[in-house]
Amino acid sequence: MIGIQTAAGPSDTGVRRAPAVALRGVTKAFGPVQAVRGIDLEINQGEVVAFLGPNGAGKTTSIDLMLGLSQPTAGSVQVLGMQPREAVARGLVSAVMQTGGLLKDLTVRETAQYMASLFAASGDVDDALARAGISGIADRKVVKCSGGEQQRLRFALALLPDPALLLLDEPTTGMDVEGRREFWRAIREDAKQGRTVLFATHYLEEADQYADRIVLVRKGLVVADGSGAEIKALASGRTVRATWPQADTAALDAIGGVDSVEVRGDSVLVHTKDSDAVARWLLTNTPARDLEINAKGIEEAFLSLTGADGGDQS
Amino acid sequence: MSAVSQSLRIDPTTRKVPPFGGINPTLLAIEVRRMLRNRRTVVFALLFPVGMYFIFANQSYGDQLVGSGNVAAYILVNMALYGAALTAASIGSMVAMERAQGWSRQLRLTPLNPAAYIVVKALVALLMGGIVIALVNVIAASQGRAQMPTDVWVECAVVTVVCTLTFAALGVFIGYVVPGENAMQILGPGLAALSFLGGVFIPLTQYGEVMRQVAYWTPMYGVSEVARSPLTHELPWYALVNAVAWFAVFVAGAAWRMSKDTARV
Repeated sequence: MIGIQTAAGPSDTGVRRAPAVALRGVTKAFGPVQAVRGIDLEINQGEVVAFLGPNGAGKTTSIDLMLGLSQPTAGSVQVLGMQPREAVARGLVSAVMQTGGLLKDLTVRETAQYMASLFAASGDVDDALARAGISGIADRKVVKCSGGEQQRLRFALALLPDPALLLLDEPTTGMDVEGRREFWRAIREDAKQGRTVLFATHYLEEADQYADRIVLVRKGLVVADGSGAEIKALASGRTVRATWPQADTAALDAIGGVDSVEVRGDSVLVHTKDSDAVARWLLTNTPARDLEINAKGIEEAFLSLTGADGGDQS
Repeated sequence: MSAVSQSLRIDPTTRKVPPFGGINPTLLAIEVRRMLRNRRTVVFALLFPVGMYFIFANQSYGDQLVGSGNVAAYILVNMALYGAALTAASIGSMVAMERAQGWSRQLRLTPLNPAAYIVVKALVALLMGGIVIALVNVIAASQGRAQMPTDVWVECAVVTVVCTLTFAALGVFIGYVVPGENAMQILGPGLAALSFLGGVFIPLTQYGEVMRQVAYWTPMYGVSEVARSPLTHELPWYALVNAVAWFAVFVAGAAWRMSKDTARV
């Protein structure tokens, strides 16, 4: 284990832990460009959160603010109850950045030793390499590592200080499928230890698969925040299909949350925000049978929430 | 619940900030190792000055007396200065390259602050300068022609190490002005030209009046007079002014270019 100071964690009875991340009314402008237009976000310790949004949504800008790499134009940013730079200096927050470069002429192990030496207390270098799955290439020069291997080295570097919060900015960009799977396997393995993880991504399936909570951002604003299932329901609702000849479409329409009702032969399709209510009504008040409830794919949810203006994609 | 209780194993209040802004011996050792692995640096900063020493010091005038030593010792100090200056410039030029590659952004994820990073580079320049000077001295001493009292020998070496900072700053400046890895292709020949002009390779007494007047204004002249002063017991005031002024100019130039390069740290 990396840098664990005490075998048993400190008691949490009655202690309100500072949130891992607290953004309050944060805006960030670059000249006339508003990259972040007012984000309020609180992430509790131990959560695995996806920051999902298209390019230019303000994800990287927000992460830069959480690391103290830039200052907000307005609002406050706190990490574990302190200023971001203070948290970085104490090794409490670390990150895998899109743009962080590595020195080509160092070996993988030297790079880790270099970074490890900078912290007041750092974990074992070989242990971090093992967690990132790159022990086998420890003596390889960075220049000879593939993109995926370099990314896993960045991940190992981020683990060195044993951070309470790990920020990942589009960590799998440029990786092939195998590399991506390996990378997430390592992240998931690590998150089991209860580290707070926030990752930015525009890969929808990544957010759905690996996060407990998805924060959807668009044009510098949080447009949705919830579990993958909640996000999907929120965006597009579900479709309830049932076999019910001569369905009473007027009665269905009257149920709260129903967007549209469609009859196809003996079947009826109900698009609704509240599939539970429709299903309950159908099963208790009508002869309808063979119920099927389908959620729209998160891809559709994502498009309708972040798309140009309103969910007008077909 | 298990996830939450495990997350609390990290108690933020127990975490400390490293001393000296993160500067530490491991870091310096890795930086020095990097430099020693760079063949071009070793060849130009070590073999070239040593070769020049052997060529010039073995001439008939090598045994003539200068100050408290001989001409071979005078040439030795000059060559050590040249080798150390070239090394320092190459270390300085790496600052811009490392920033361009995003390494400085990676370092911003650690407690090492940008000012400490520059201090590290300066320390590495001093360390590497010291290594080059020591090696040139040891090789020359084993040849046996250079003569000067031991304390003068040491004083010259120490003063030379300090003088190399000027060229570390020059390297930082040029590294920003000439992008990519081309900086050393300018700095290599450039420093050789400045060394000729400043009287490091050929004594200024060999030049005509006009050339000599020009030489007094060039950056190698001042530091070389300073580096040799323990041996020659001579240090014209304008040489000292030259050394301090060029140091200030290069530091200002480096700071100016670096401050321009703050778009995304």
